[in-house]
Amino acid sequence: MADATTEVPLVRTGAFDLKWQPGFGVATMVCLVLLYAPMIVLFVFSFNGSDSITRWGGLPNWHWYTEAFADQEFRSAAMNTIKITVVATIISTLVATAAAIGTTRGRRFAGQGAIYTVVNLPLMVPEIITAIATLSFFSLLAQYAGINFGIGNLMLAHTVFCIPFAYMPIRARLEGMDERLEQAAADLYATPWQAFKRVTLPLLVPGISAGTALAFIVSFDDFTITQLVAGPGQTTLPLYIWAKTRRPLTPELNAMCTILLAISILFVVGSFLIANRRRSKTE
Amino acid sequence: MHGQAPSIAPRVAAAGEAAISIERVSKSFGGGEDIVRAVDDVSLAIRKNEFFTLLGPSGCGKTTLLRLIAGFEHPTRGRLLLDGQDISALPPFKRPVNTVFQNYALFPHMTVAQNIGFGLEMLGKPRAEISATVDRMLKLVRMEELKNRRTSQISGGQQQRVALARALAPQPKVLLLDEPLSALDFKLRKDMQIELKRLQHETGITFVFVTHDQEEALTMSDRIAVMNKGKVLQIGSPRDIYDRPAERFVANFIGDTNFLDAELESFASGIGTVRLPSGARMNASLPVDAAVSNGKVSVVVRPEHARLTRDLASAALKGKLDTVVYFGTDTHYHLKLASGEPFMVRQQNTRDGAAAFAAGEDVGITLSDNAVQVLRD
Repeated sequence: MADATTEVPLVRTGAFDLKWQPGFGVATMVCLVLLYAPMIVLFVFSFNGSDSITRWGGLPNWHWYTEAFADQEFRSAAMNTIKITVVATIISTLVATAAAIGTTRGRRFAGQGAIYTVVNLPLMVPEIITAIATLSFFSLLAQYAGINFGIGNLMLAHTVFCIPFAYMPIRARLEGMDERLEQAAADLYATPWQAFKRVTLPLLVPGISAGTALAFIVSFDDFTITQLVAGPGQTTLPLYIWAKTRRPLTPELNAMCTILLAISILFVVGSFLIANRRRSKTE
Repeated sequence: MHGQAPSIAPRVAAAGEAAISIERVSKSFGGGEDIVRAVDDVSLAIRKNEFFTLLGPSGCGKTTLLRLIAGFEHPTRGRLLLDGQDISALPPFKRPVNTVFQNYALFPHMTVAQNIGFGLEMLGKPRAEISATVDRMLKLVRMEELKNRRTSQISGGQQQRVALARALAPQPKVLLLDEPLSALDFKLRKDMQIELKRLQHETGITFVFVTHDQEEALTMSDRIAVMNKGKVLQIGSPRDIYDRPAERFVANFIGDTNFLDAELESFASGIGTVRLPSGARMNASLPVDAAVSNGKVSVVVRPEHARLTRDLASAALKGKLDTVVYFGTDTHYHLKLASGEPFMVRQQNTRDGAAAFAAGEDVGITLSDNAVQVLRD
């Protein structure tokens, strides 16, 4: 296990180093401000005392959050989102883990490289095309087979488009993992299942948790596909917030967005912590 | 009845004694035009309690042979016997054989103690027994105080010891070691060589050791198999391999050697008479397991089995001293023989400086009777 930390030179050596060029700090600041300022403004105005999303008035308060939580439709959209996201995240992570193991371990088979491309291709396909294709798929299913899973349609669609996102970090982790560790386990009398459970899986945790986080975020805030596939009563948070923008805008919208953002951040930070704890144990 | 006995008796005896028998094993990778014969029709028997070394350059097939014994690879042809039982088809987790990997392959998410106990745990041993064995192993490799460390928190030499303890803990019938010392620095490597010999002596387990380092092989092994291009060229004790190399490759790979063209004039019971290019006649040892015939042969002479002399009349070979390299304990004299071939003599240094030879001198070389070895190729 080589030491992964690299020495950062504290002294300017005179050699060309991008980090020490003039303007580097300024450019960094501009990027950070452009990225985060709008979100900070959104956040701040969610506590606005007036009912404008652009003009500040009155004392900061929780009014718009109370309003949002009192909104029956917002709550039902939140419930739908949680159901769909949880199901899609769990199933897609499981499928992606199995796929990653299947394509990096065991006997090599013909078309192994092609599978990598096929699994990842959806990442390159414009989402609107996936959305229309998914819509026609479910229409055909309903029309000719009479099958409609209700909210299950959305869960299925989300599961499918989450798989490549979950697959990437898990596969990367597996490829970086020394296969001799699994051989060592087998050499020490571990059956393939024991070797997986005791060696591969624990070491794969950072990859799986990164995959889970990606799948969660992608499913949680999906708009395009959900918009086309969702039936009546299947409104999710992004769809509901989008619908809200058609009416007069109030800071209630800011509050809803802040809640969405908070859930995303919580989840990402959580999975990062899990991955990091495991990594610090193993590297 | 009487006539059959010799052919059967040795085989029974060999099967009883051998920890591992490798019978005409081949392993090829790829297919068609790109086929690689990593191990090519190898047969050998490794005895019980033996320190057996597979020695050869990288790509010679020694690691593949080790992986075949461990079960990570399965032979394309031939079979492997462990204690007389055919294990060719068994997966690694069903073979009572453990491996020390080149990079140690310690489990990074487990402590030192958990690593060492892993094999016993997989064998379903009771907790108390595992803990007792782990403590015994820690003591054996002198690592007691690092029991609860993570493997990433200990040095390379310590990781090496943990890897050894982990592989020894389940008391395998055979311990396989895949260049385990190559990642260590010189001083640590010397210490571990002694340590390995001690461990083998104390545990009484058969060690199969893979290395490309000829010095390591000579100092540690009971027997050595020299491999090249998937074939075993010679098996023997370190002394056999060094003093009586069977082939040019073996002679060249191990130690410094002088090659000479000679003429075999007559031979009887392992000793022949060769005529050297200088015209001198010498007794020479013949290869053990190959037939020879009179005529042109290659012979080898180790540099320390030759001596320089100023008495040209009694010399077997004559030449001009090219360069003299002083090494402290000994001096290397590089000569050009009268026949044009290079020749090297290594002589122990003494405080008596008068015996020293200088570059440019015309000198003679004397060879003792056992110095000349005939090669089979």
